[in-house]
Amino acid sequence: MAASERIVGESRAHRSGVNLVLWAILILFVLTAPAYIYPVFAMQLLCFALFACAFNLLLGFTGLLSFGHAAFFGAAAYVTGHVIKIWGLPPVAGIFVGTAVAAALGYVIGSLAIRRQGIYFAMITLALAQIIYFLGLQLPFTGGENGLQGIPRGHLFGIFDLDRPLVMYYFVAAIFMIGFLIIYRTIHSPFGQVLKSIRENEARALSLGYNVTRFKLIAFIISAALSGLAGATKSVVFQFASLTDLHWQTSGEVILMTLLGGLGTIFGPVVGAITIVSLQHELSSLGSWVNVVIGLIFIVCVLAFRRGIVGELARLLKTSSM
Amino acid sequence: MFEMGDFILEARSLSKEFGGFAAVRDVDLAIRRGSIHALIGPNGAGKTTVFNLLTKFLSPTRGSIVFEGRDITSLKPADVANLGIIRSFQISAVFPHLTALENVRVALQRKLGISYHFWRSPRVLEGLHGEAMEKLASVGLANFADSPAVLLSYGRKRALEIATTLALDPTLMLLDEPTQGMGAEDVGRVTDLIKEVSAGRTILMVEHNLGVVSRLADAITVLNRGRVLAEGPYEAVSRNPEVMEAYMGTSAEDADG
Repeated sequence: MAASERIVGESRAHRSGVNLVLWAILILFVLTAPAYIYPVFAMQLLCFALFACAFNLLLGFTGLLSFGHAAFFGAAAYVTGHVIKIWGLPPVAGIFVGTAVAAALGYVIGSLAIRRQGIYFAMITLALAQIIYFLGLQLPFTGGENGLQGIPRGHLFGIFDLDRPLVMYYFVAAIFMIGFLIIYRTIHSPFGQVLKSIRENEARALSLGYNVTRFKLIAFIISAALSGLAGATKSVVFQFASLTDLHWQTSGEVILMTLLGGLGTIFGPVVGAITIVSLQHELSSLGSWVNVVIGLIFIVCVLAFRRGIVGELARLLKTSSM
Repeated sequence: MFEMGDFILEARSLSKEFGGFAAVRDVDLAIRRGSIHALIGPNGAGKTTVFNLLTKFLSPTRGSIVFEGRDITSLKPADVANLGIIRSFQISAVFPHLTALENVRVALQRKLGISYHFWRSPRVLEGLHGEAMEKLASVGLANFADSPAVLLSYGRKRALEIATTLALDPTLMLLDEPTQGMGAEDVGRVTDLIKEVSAGRTILMVEHNLGVVSRLADAITVLNRGRVLAEGPYEAVSRNPEVMEAYMGTSAEDADG
């Protein structure tokens, strides 16, 4: 008994040591990124990193594969753009409204989809997300094919001018860190423990008396809301919301980011998002060939390192939670 | 003899049809409080279906289920579990990538009533570690607290499953083939364990191994083709000619399973 407790102690210390290093790298990166990365690009990285982390909460920690997460990302982008541009709301309020709408949409889509499991769940989320896509195309306020253009960034709390790149960057960085911390806490909370047990063995979680459907729905809403937060922030950064934000390809990309970075790891989706968005950026001169390159990377990833970048790293460092 | 309160669980004319096929037909089952009741029968007799009906993983086509005087026929699985009926599964039901300690703790945390609190620190769960270690020690897993369940041997997985079930302090435990697929040594250990934890509880178990049944069960219900074939103590049931024909005839291969 004493021996086992010592082993427990050592591995926990090791784990928290590795985690501390990763936290330090993440915070350092978020704080210093504009020094060596073009600020708008750095903001794009953070928005997609948050999106991927929110997605990972569902796939990596609850075991639900949603194929329609672009609906939340895009809907929030449009709503935030609209309330800032037309209603004249300040940026924080605009982003809040977009996030709230994504959460409400998450409640509706989630309630319908979690009645089914596995591939049927994925198909229902895809189908409902396609409905949102066509609403984005057809509704009068969305600007159709052109999207919603010219969203003003405005002033943060009426004081800080968000048109200044560095001010905008640190605003986005703060949003990213808040979102990331919410996800981190959710994963490690008592609620997160139940989510993991549902992922591991749903029937058993049910037989222990947990209302599995309700846990899944709450996880879905949190994930949808934070995906919305990412989309809303993105629309303020780029000052437009477009059909790309709602497109199923965006739903696919976020899956790719999560798998490449490391499914069910804390930091994996951040690494995956940075990798994919950087590749798209660096290889943009190749045109459509970007997709071929990313497809090849995905194949290599699935064949050679299934746990994803951070997942493999965690295995090498012999720690279970990164 | 059949007065109320004597039985903790009573099922009356329980039937389940799957698209015209009657998996369970008019099964009456009465489990005496504090007893170990075994449900036996050849493969496909409907034993697991009965388990799924009693725990509401399936809804009966006809019939009613009464637990502690309360009709639970229309409840959901989680509600049934909350009343104190906790089941295990034929394949070992652990959470493979959680540690043994976390497996037990997931069951323990339910009583804290904070399982929906996604904003709470995991530290609130550390108060459960002492109790979780106690449960693990009671099934001989104290030294494996920090091992992921997936790395445990088959026998230890079943022990962990029992520890997790015990953590909920169930009134009625339903064990689905607790010794299936085990070597002789593990069978002995798990049988002892069930005997040990049965004190003050009621257990309903599906079991193929008749040695285990004869050692543990106070009462036996034999199912065949979805119907109750015989009922009573082991000695009486095992001498029943119908049972010998329907069940014992296939017991040689089942005993291996």
